[in-house]
Amino acid sequence: MYDIIVIGGGHAGCEAALAPARMGLNTLLVTANLKKVAHLPCNPSIGGPAKGVVVREIDALGGEMGKNVDKSQIQMRLLNTGKGPGVQALRAQADKVDYPKNMLATLLKQENLTIIEEMVDDLIVQNNEVKGVVLENNEKYYGKVIILTAGTYMKAKIMISNETWSSGPDNDKPSLNLSDNLRKLGFKTMRLKTGTPPRVAIDSIDYDKTIIQPGDMYYHAFSYDTTEFRPLDKQIPCYLTYTTEETHSIIMQNISKSSMYGAIEKLESKGPRYCPSIEDKIVRFADKPRHQIFLEPESIYIPEIYVQGLSTSLPKDIQEKIIHTVPGLENCKIVRYAYAIEYDAIDPKQLWPTLEAKSIKGLFFAGQVNGTSGYEEAAGQGLMAGINAALKIMGKEPFILKRNEAYIGVMIDDLVTKGTKEPYRLLTSRAEYRLLLRHDNADIRLREYGYNFGLIDERRYLKFKQKLNKIVTAKSRLEKLKINPSKEVNEYLTSINSAALKDGITPLNLLKRPEINYEHLMSLLKEEVRLSKAEIQQIEIQVKYEGYIKKMMNQVEKLNKLEARRIPEAIDYNNIPNLAIEAKLKLNQIKPLTIGQAGRISGVNPSDIAILTVYIETYRSKHE
Amino acid sequence: MFNDTITAISTALGEGAISIVRLSGSQAIEIVDKVFKEKNLHNVKSHTIHYGHIIDPEDNTLVDEVLVTVMRSPNTYTTEDIVEVNCHGGIFVTNKILEIVLTLGARLAEPGEFTKRAFLNNRIDLAQAESVMDLINAKTEASLKVAVNALDGRVSNLISDLREVVLGIVASIEVNIDYPEYDDAVVMTNEILKPQIQNVITKMDEILEVAKTGKIIREGIKTVIVGKPNVGKSSLLNKLMREEKAIVTEVAGTTRDLVEGYINIGGIILNLIDTAGVRETKDIVEAIGVERTKKVVNEAELILLVLNNNEQLNKDDEKLLELTKDKKRIIIINKMDLDSNINKAKLPNYLETSMLNDDSILMIEKEIKQLFELGEIKSQDLTYMSNSRHIAKLKSARKSLGDALDSISNKMPIDMIEIDVKEAWINLGEILGEEVGDNLINELFSKFCLGK
Repeated sequence: MYDIIVIGGGHAGCEAALAPARMGLNTLLVTANLKKVAHLPCNPSIGGPAKGVVVREIDALGGEMGKNVDKSQIQMRLLNTGKGPGVQALRAQADKVDYPKNMLATLLKQENLTIIEEMVDDLIVQNNEVKGVVLENNEKYYGKVIILTAGTYMKAKIMISNETWSSGPDNDKPSLNLSDNLRKLGFKTMRLKTGTPPRVAIDSIDYDKTIIQPGDMYYHAFSYDTTEFRPLDKQIPCYLTYTTEETHSIIMQNISKSSMYGAIEKLESKGPRYCPSIEDKIVRFADKPRHQIFLEPESIYIPEIYVQGLSTSLPKDIQEKIIHTVPGLENCKIVRYAYAIEYDAIDPKQLWPTLEAKSIKGLFFAGQVNGTSGYEEAAGQGLMAGINAALKIMGKEPFILKRNEAYIGVMIDDLVTKGTKEPYRLLTSRAEYRLLLRHDNADIRLREYGYNFGLIDERRYLKFKQKLNKIVTAKSRLEKLKINPSKEVNEYLTSINSAALKDGITPLNLLKRPEINYEHLMSLLKEEVRLSKAEIQQIEIQVKYEGYIKKMMNQVEKLNKLEARRIPEAIDYNNIPNLAIEAKLKLNQIKPLTIGQAGRISGVNPSDIAILTVYIETYRSKHE
Repeated sequence: MFNDTITAISTALGEGAISIVRLSGSQAIEIVDKVFKEKNLHNVKSHTIHYGHIIDPEDNTLVDEVLVTVMRSPNTYTTEDIVEVNCHGGIFVTNKILEIVLTLGARLAEPGEFTKRAFLNNRIDLAQAESVMDLINAKTEASLKVAVNALDGRVSNLISDLREVVLGIVASIEVNIDYPEYDDAVVMTNEILKPQIQNVITKMDEILEVAKTGKIIREGIKTVIVGKPNVGKSSLLNKLMREEKAIVTEVAGTTRDLVEGYINIGGIILNLIDTAGVRETKDIVEAIGVERTKKVVNEAELILLVLNNNEQLNKDDEKLLELTKDKKRIIIINKMDLDSNINKAKLPNYLETSMLNDDSILMIEKEIKQLFELGEIKSQDLTYMSNSRHIAKLKSARKSLGDALDSISNKMPIDMIEIDVKEAWINLGEILGEEVGDNLINELFSKFCLGK
């Protein structure tokens, strides 16, 4: 009997298994293929806008993804450096061999964690409570809580033009029975689709015709704890090239052979708009003369290049023709063809914000099985499911991140409140408090939680506390000191193109000028810079963008008041007079935990919320 | 327990000598204090009344002479802080004050919402719960309809178009942020953004100007009656004044305009200015002077020019016709019961009346509606109030864009500026009653070719 059984060893499964094991619970990870643990079947990169912040958040909470990328990366870049701090994000090219290898090593070392290589076919459920799992060979394992992270494996089908066959990603073995059994348990599933571009031989590319995309020449890390870095000169570059008119005309001539455009008529699945196939891009944006193609190294051990931008479900011979029209790829050799993959996912509206199923106690879902896309989204859910599963066993309050606390919170709230019709990808545009959800302050937002769950050890927590202290102390000093308009001060200011002072000013107020940074202040105060880069960055952001941060905080305060108004679980929306029929249906389905969440359900209007609020108050007075 | 401060005009609009604008919520005192000239309301005792003036924060002009009642939580009707502004009963002044407090952060109360709060804050006992529910439910629907329907069709289209433009700007910035390497989107910079935002602001100002048509319904039309002596100006005035719904209040000096009387004619409020001029027994053109007449005519939005059917047009009539030719005017040929000596061929268009009977009033009413393109007015107080809400929202949107421009000159990064632009987009959506939802994401993917 295990405390927790995790089904699936992908990015969600790894985090979902590590967190409870680290919290001291007896955990079992069941994966169908040990070689594919934390595998990267699609693009070889991790991070980017929003997603990169999620990796930071995972790290701040005590998850593994950030550390594992830092160990396995072959190139790193900080994106959006020309914009404000709210949108900067790290992205790494991860080595597809090292990443899974390093993760597996971490899993194997982890105390309280057992790993077996088996396929799960069914769940054992009694009285709407999950009890265990049934393997393909009919063997049974029992657990108090099950976390299902089946990824894109349930009834997975690969498609290249009109050829389709049953297969998981990368010709891996699919799960044939699990989604049928979930449907038998009453779960609503949906068919989703995604795709991956071709891989070409590394030495068959004419790089002279492409534009090199090197990594940054300074050190980056996702994890707050990383101290060892890959030497900057050992980074592997990416390359940029473009489609041509010829590419487009070949695609248009063969459009009927695409699985998406008619080759398979009964394709019911919905592909993501942000991962369109090349044929989709050319049909929908006919006026665009060319599209970007990024050539990304898969690994230092595998001589293959990932051709980002050429995702397609056209037949192999057409893929050959298309790819040879791209400058630099005229003579390239395709090692693996592009394919589309279709799979079963569950409707995430069937889950509580803890990711536990509403209908079956103790059964959690995380990752792509919930209709998301992307490694980072999966890992974030895995960690949250893992933590909540552990908290449930320990009899503690659930852990729900609010929309103003983390991108992970935005994502899960979106999933369970609004659901999704296509694989859900995190975008910074989805976060209404983006300025608060920065990659630089993930630790300030979340480390305390990680520490309280026992996922952050004393040493790391102390380091974090010291950082916080230094920031607060330094800031309050800047508020108290004064810089006077002496000749020397004004000469210095003029030399850095800043207006001369007329009156004395606190360093804090001077820092509000866009051209002034912390180092300038230290020069003016004739002090040495004693803070770290990260600490200085915090101070600068907090001071320079104070107005906007305050604006956001005011909005958050309003949100939090609505979030604090909890809806009793026993409430029956059908009994509420005057509630619109659509609102009744939606509320009964979603079962929002708070008035705030209820307000975000599409189809529930402000008047419904007013009625609901009044009803709850009456209900409370009657029942308390 | 509620996080916002609500407000409403709590007296029947335009019907009493005194109107009350009531606010309830944690910010009630703070909001009124910002525009109350004489005292710091933060420091006054609970349940006290204070004399003073409300000023318009936009241009610091005096709006009205008022009495302000401050009642602090919890011993109030809603158990929250309540402030009541007792102002002069005119529609213009009352709505102006409502508009000001809305702009400063109060939210227009739904019908019955003060009562709802009283109930939710346990001020009213449980026995009343069911009836409160019914009240709220019955009225919410009405108020929601008003919020959306009361918006003038043309303005609604303009706002819609504007919102599209603003969404376009937001989407262009967002695509830069979410897809920094995507090369088909223009890299938005403050330099590109500035003229685009300025453009929207200009259009917003135009709309606020155009919205004055809606404002006419709400605030009335500044009207002057002109004509040489003995043409029947006084009888017109008296007839109008004797109208059942007519209200005359002597509040000159407390508003920005010298409004001397309000007349409700078929739902339209005429704010009469310079009634003294009408009552003047002497020839106004001669006695008071052309300058004075010019000034009055200039200020007025509607001229009722009265001529005598019995007399030929003389120099004075022609002078008045010339002075008012570019204004919205109604030429009234009075004394139709007498012999006609007037040369009508010279007149552009006119109404013919006799001793100003009830039909004459109806004719004038019809003519005014046509002149101001008002159509059928079914306005009740709800319409007026939601218009105030729209104007307040549009002003908030405009303010957000103004903030964006400030931030551009302060060299803030583009994603900060986008916060203000997005705020403007949300405000515009609230005017139209539209949800934010996934519009932005849809815009991103329909406009730009993104993906791996």
